[in-house]
Amino acid sequence: MATGDTGMEPVLSVRNLSLEFVTRRGVLRALNEISFDIARGEVLGVVGESGAGKSLTGTAIIGLIDKPGRLSGGEIWLKGQRIDNIGHDGLRKIRGRRIGMIFQDPLTSLNPLFRVGDQIAETILTHMPVSKAEARSRALALLTEVGIPAPESRIDAYPHEFSGGMRQRVVIALALAAEPDLIIADEPTTALDVSVQAQIITLLKRLCRTRGTSVMLITHDMGVIAETADRVAVMYAGRIVEIGPVADVIRHPRHPYATGLMGAIPALGAKVQRLTQISGAMPRLNAIPAGCAFRPRCTVAIGKCAEAIPPLVPVGATSARCWLHETPVEWSASHG
Amino acid sequence: MAEPVLRVENVRRLFDVSKPWLERVISREKPQFLRAVDEVSFEIRPGETFALVGESGSGKSTVAKMVVGLLPPSAGAVHFSASMGGAKVRPGAIQMIFQDPYASLNPRWRIRDIIAEPMEALNHPADPAAREARVADLLTLVGLSPLDGEKYPHQFSGGQRQRVAIARALSSEPQFLVCDEPTSALDVSVQAQILNLMRDLQERLGLTYLFISHNLAVVRHMAHRIGVMYLGRLVEVQETEALFAAPRHPYTRLLIDAVPDLEQIGRDRVPVQGEVPSPINPPSGCTFHPRCPLAMEICRREVPAFDGSVACHAANDRAVSPSLA
Repeated sequence: MATGDTGMEPVLSVRNLSLEFVTRRGVLRALNEISFDIARGEVLGVVGESGAGKSLTGTAIIGLIDKPGRLSGGEIWLKGQRIDNIGHDGLRKIRGRRIGMIFQDPLTSLNPLFRVGDQIAETILTHMPVSKAEARSRALALLTEVGIPAPESRIDAYPHEFSGGMRQRVVIALALAAEPDLIIADEPTTALDVSVQAQIITLLKRLCRTRGTSVMLITHDMGVIAETADRVAVMYAGRIVEIGPVADVIRHPRHPYATGLMGAIPALGAKVQRLTQISGAMPRLNAIPAGCAFRPRCTVAIGKCAEAIPPLVPVGATSARCWLHETPVEWSASHG
Repeated sequence: MAEPVLRVENVRRLFDVSKPWLERVISREKPQFLRAVDEVSFEIRPGETFALVGESGSGKSTVAKMVVGLLPPSAGAVHFSASMGGAKVRPGAIQMIFQDPYASLNPRWRIRDIIAEPMEALNHPADPAAREARVADLLTLVGLSPLDGEKYPHQFSGGQRQRVAIARALSSEPQFLVCDEPTSALDVSVQAQILNLMRDLQERLGLTYLFISHNLAVVRHMAHRIGVMYLGRLVEVQETEALFAAPRHPYTRLLIDAVPDLEQIGRDRVPVQGEVPSPINPPSGCTFHPRCPLAMEICRREVPAFDGSVACHAANDRAVSPSLA
């Protein structure tokens, strides 16, 4: 396996995952041959622009893909157990229990009609063999842990009585309630102001470090990834175009799209005269160009790029999907 | 120094958030007002980009609306220079670019009609053929093809729509553009295109921008001077480089520290606690004091005066010391 210096089995292993939508106008391939591992306690950042397929990857892992979407290939392994073919009931036992989820908007991920303490206790009771009183005391402990002030009185409050940042803390407590192995956080700070965003990032990092929980952090904000993630996967048009340690991808990106993306982000550190500009926009799913999907926007494209899709090959510390880095090493061999 | 294009003097804007009249009379409550903007003053010089930055609820969009005249100020005044027409501003001299290009373009209109609308409204140029030629010029200017004029908004991506919105804003030959979060709805690679375009246009056409954003990195890239707002008040105004090198207000310091940055890989930090309080019932004295690491006794009692660059009791104290003077 690719990750983990200790040789430990990864918590999550995704192999060649593909997902398609069957529509009247034909089949749209939204995800193509997605492969990655997340080790225990590791934070994997997934970054990309709208429509790159980053949220869809998270949704596919917890089996929440609705029709007309369907997995058309690949495997998903959670701690050695295959979970992409275990059916609706099997997945229900995994969602919430072994994989926790944090969504972008904390107001829509909490039920407005129930007290927050009851919502957390409900998750604990569903998944763990404890009494009601025990579930409530655990809920109280969780609220304390995520930094809700005066948790003894706030446990009986309704979601609308909390501010945005406090609500997101409750959602994090909810995701951690059944002590999952993995948390999928889909844009957890996008709806929050920067000062609150900093609090939530710090909280998420601390909790996952102390509990050894792995995190798949989906966001469009490269700054959040830089501060939080250990490794990062850059997605473009349904494929991972580069994956590697966060410092290497940010400082020495190998894929032309990743290079452009880093240059396009205005930095706080130094003022540049002009931002790097990637012309055009991400293609729609029904009009993905042949060969490398980034070719029409790429400044260094070569003839081969129009003909075939480049494989993901190791380049230095990272792996990139670009013909410029073609190496004689066969990817499928190293990939198992 | 040239006369400022815009002078905003002590503007204030209240919103009535009282309960309905009858309910209020029965429960004997006083009318309640929300101070969205309070005692805000600043100037914008010709050809510069002045940015207002702040978190949600800080009143930055309300200031923008008062500047363009969409909202009358409750107190204070907005003055434009003589070159803009003074008290009676030349129609079309001020234009606005909005945040969401999916909402700001009429989906049933062709692009050329959208761009020509300000010219038609002002009847300038009066000749329809001249208007048509100008639409084609504007489309080229913002990096689209003149043939795109025939299309409808849904045929364009977010970035292209924002280019159309910019072309429409430019069609009445404005001198002054108010841009309210023009790139927050866009992806970063597209955001870079729009920011570069806005800077090119400023150089070519000598435009003046009032740029509103919550994103400090974007503001740093675009602005010559920056005003930081907190709960309806301007807490600091500085040249961009000076603001980032030596912020004087603790809230500015907090904002700069809070932005996740590409340079700071894996940084651990101690974020400032608390959130922006409700503007309906703001804290006494300096509204930032409950979150401020430098808060003193006076901060709870007295609202600090804005001295032209900062509104903070602690900053005024420190300014006495030679190291910060």
